[in-house]
Amino acid sequence: MTIGDMVSILKARVLLGEDKLDTPVYTACCSDLMSDVLAFVDEKTVLITGLTNPHVIRTSEMLDLKCLVFVRGKVPNEEILEAADEQGLVVITTKATAFSACGMLYAEGLRGVPVPLEWNTEDK
Amino acid sequence: MDALIHNTYPVTARDYTSAGHASADIKRRLKQLGVGGDVLRRVAVASYEVELNLVIHSDGGELELQVFPDHVQLVSKDIGPGIPDLSLAMREGWSTANDEARSLGFGAGMGLPNMKRNADDFAIESEVGKGTAISMGFKLG
Ligand SMILES: Nc1ncnc2c1ncn2[C@@H]1O[C@H](COP(=O)(O)OP(=O)(O)O)[C@@H](O)[C@H]1O
Ligand SMILES: [Mg+2]
Repeated sequence: MTIGDMVSILKARVLLGEDKLDTPVYTACCSDLMSDVLAFVDEKTVLITGLTNPHVIRTSEMLDLKCLVFVRGKVPNEEILEAADEQGLVVITTKATAFSACGMLYAEGLRGVPVPLEWNTEDK
Repeated sequence: MDALIHNTYPVTARDYTSAGHASADIKRRLKQLGVGGDVLRRVAVASYEVELNLVIHSDGGELELQVFPDHVQLVSKDIGPGIPDLSLAMREGWSTANDEARSLGFGAGMGLPNMKRNADDFAIESEVGKGTAISMGFKLG
């Protein structure tokens, strides 16, 4: 699907990147823990989050993420949006909760960033 | 061997707003040099985590970037308080971060293990009352 499809599925508002809605997306991740995102995301993906602080944008910058989806209708402040704009990030906001937003996107074919489900011997 | 880039970034303790600026600059400079893909992402992630640790846990310190033709060297040094138990600190999930750090999405105790995973070389030294030094090397090409 494209970011534009995500916008329709989530009935989202586009806060930034109106011109990039035809960008294809293959995977997404959902987290409020930036350390976790930094630990397992290794592709240019979509981040669905309820956190609206500057570190969400900086984490996106470090990982070259394509799109940020804020849930529960959250809108970050102007300063944060400016930083996101400088990076060329697409930023959208949906009224849906994180769980519902993920479910709606998954139902339409979007998948999570792949992680192995097998347990290793190092796992305690 | 002369470094192509040699830059030092002072990092202020508890300055949550500026935290990440050094890493953003490091990423930008590496990109300008033509470093990209997997290495660029690994340096960026490790640098961001180590910079945030300086802000969240240290009494202040600095991040030093050196870029050589065949590798990137990132060194973090601080003036304290030091880490009493390094093996505990290196454990995934171990964290002494305060609520403020947690509210920003950090303090999951994933930073040090994530740095170690992302760097090709990782060394940490710490002395309580003196400070902590972390050195990370990333091979280029
Ligand atoms: N520069 C530092 N100075 C003092 N303590 C540190 C420093 N870096 C890390 N630590 C200690 O190591 C622990 C683990 O660090 P880390 O894995 O990055 O997790 P987190 O930052 O989420 O707590 C921290 O909670 C802290 O107790
Ligand atoms: Mg940390």
